[in-house]
Amino acid sequence: MDFLLLNILNGLSWGMLLFLIAVGLTTVFGVLGVLNFAHGSLFMLGAYLCMQVMQYFDSFWLGLLLGPLCAVIIGVLVEKYLLKRVYNRDVSFQLLLTFAILLILDDGVRMIWGSGYHVVDPPELLAGIMTIAGQDYPVYRLFLIVIGPVIGGILWSFFHFTKWGKIIRAASFDNIMAEGVGINVPLIYTLVFALGTWLAALGGALAAPQQSLVPSMGEKIIIESFIVVVIGGMGSFPGAFVGALLLGLLGSFGTMFAGQLQMAIPYLLLAAVLLIKPNGLFKKGV
Amino acid sequence: MIVLKIKYHTLILTGILVTLLFLSPLVIPVYWVILLSEILIMGLMAVSFNLLLGYAGLLSFGQGAFFGLGAYTAALMLQAGYENLFLIFLAGILVAMLAALIVGFFSVRLDEIFFAMITLAFGMMFFSIAHNWRDVTGGSDGLPVFNLPNLQLFGLDLTFYSPISMYYLIFTTVLIALFLLWLVVHSPFGLILKATRENKQRVSFVGGNVRKLRIVAFTISGAFTGLAGVLFCLFNNMATPEFMHWSFSTKPIIMAIIGGTGSFFGPLFGAGIFFVLEQIIIRYTENWMFFLGIILVPVVLFFPQGVFGTLQNRFFKQRSK
Repeated sequence: MDFLLLNILNGLSWGMLLFLIAVGLTTVFGVLGVLNFAHGSLFMLGAYLCMQVMQYFDSFWLGLLLGPLCAVIIGVLVEKYLLKRVYNRDVSFQLLLTFAILLILDDGVRMIWGSGYHVVDPPELLAGIMTIAGQDYPVYRLFLIVIGPVIGGILWSFFHFTKWGKIIRAASFDNIMAEGVGINVPLIYTLVFALGTWLAALGGALAAPQQSLVPSMGEKIIIESFIVVVIGGMGSFPGAFVGALLLGLLGSFGTMFAGQLQMAIPYLLLAAVLLIKPNGLFKKGV
Repeated sequence: MIVLKIKYHTLILTGILVTLLFLSPLVIPVYWVILLSEILIMGLMAVSFNLLLGYAGLLSFGQGAFFGLGAYTAALMLQAGYENLFLIFLAGILVAMLAALIVGFFSVRLDEIFFAMITLAFGMMFFSIAHNWRDVTGGSDGLPVFNLPNLQLFGLDLTFYSPISMYYLIFTTVLIALFLLWLVVHSPFGLILKATRENKQRVSFVGGNVRKLRIVAFTISGAFTGLAGVLFCLFNNMATPEFMHWSFSTKPIIMAIIGGTGSFFGPLFGAGIFFVLEQIIIRYTENWMFFLGIILVPVVLFFPQGVFGTLQNRFFKQRSK
């Protein structure tokens, strides 16, 4: 029973992190139509920038605030000078361009911070262990479980209740029509990419105290986020939430019922969804 | 009977290239012969991949699986003591072909990014098996190959322990494979395949079975990729799960796009450019990936037809494809 609870909590905390990454990826895809291979690298960059800010100011919270903002600057530059040129090109060029950005970011981080492990301590408020139903559990992971739905809720409200949110949704439904009614679509594209970058980097900064920092940490999460986004339906917000939870829980329970084949489960799921419901489990709609 | 229309300069250039590749081990140092072997193997993989991207418009992210299947088949057979190289080549090709047929059967109904994702998923399933089935595949350590069998051909007894003789084995095999692929591309089948890339609906309207055409293309591509895998296993004395990982599958994509997806030989040149650049850059820095990224960005942005495709257009003023 305790084992069950532990697995659920582990699955949820990883799932929530995955949700933050996937929701950025799916929003960028929904609006810009580009599946961003470098999204995982922006996640990794967020973790490193958070660590760097922490070294200057000795505050995790400041790192959480400033780290992702620094990443956003890079994201805006990438969109304005690189991505903008391939929106009308074949999907292979889009993927290869974002893959090139992945290579540059991953190896760039390796050049700056080295390829060794880095560790970030959780803030004092969230350090330590809590007892739930007789089970010791790190407080920081519980914090992740809570913060995921909070950020998700804020984003959802933003998309549904604010003017800018509605404009973004309009641009994702039909960008030509949106341009026709006077919306500055190129600006929306830049803003959406900045938002996606911020979410990825925020996820990275949040993940920093929970896992060790290595330049390749983005490569694992990008493939899992691809799977989440495809399972949930490309561009679907609730889809990303359900998909992320599903993958998180499968990750923690997989070893129990699949043993050695646990690694293959997400891919089996991805192939199955693509074959049965190619548009994902949830219909499109940011 | 298929009438092949071969342009003069293509024939002359190909002849010069083949002669150069044939004679080069006599002139260049052994280190570069080894590099050239790798270029030819990866070039074959890239050209086979481009049958999908350049001709059928399908972006496969799982080519590594077929490469790995070829390599593992060869490694397992060599470990089991099989001596006949032809048999090993044949088995490697057949295993990869069968896997490609199954993967293709499920995948080709999807397009664009969805096709990329499902081939990635299938590729990573094979990777998971290779990585976790330790008893058969050796897990993450891979399968080493200790002895290379001789080849009895026309009364000759050929051994492949020296890099030079290994080069000639690879050169001959790749040459034959490329010729076969060239025939495929220039056959009526290749022509219809190009038509499916341009307009899927129209091909169906005039009675073409797009799904079947794509499955056949995927299977052919998988078979030749498997052959490249067998060669790489012999060349490298090793089959490892990394071959099947998605990051390995990006290599033929990079090579094809650097060289140009619009011409048959583009990806082969892409492979050459890739490895030569790598050799030059790692002399100065260990961050080769960083510079590869820096090089890829302008290639993607400004050379939509790749380096080879652009040069071809510049000098021969012919429309590619």
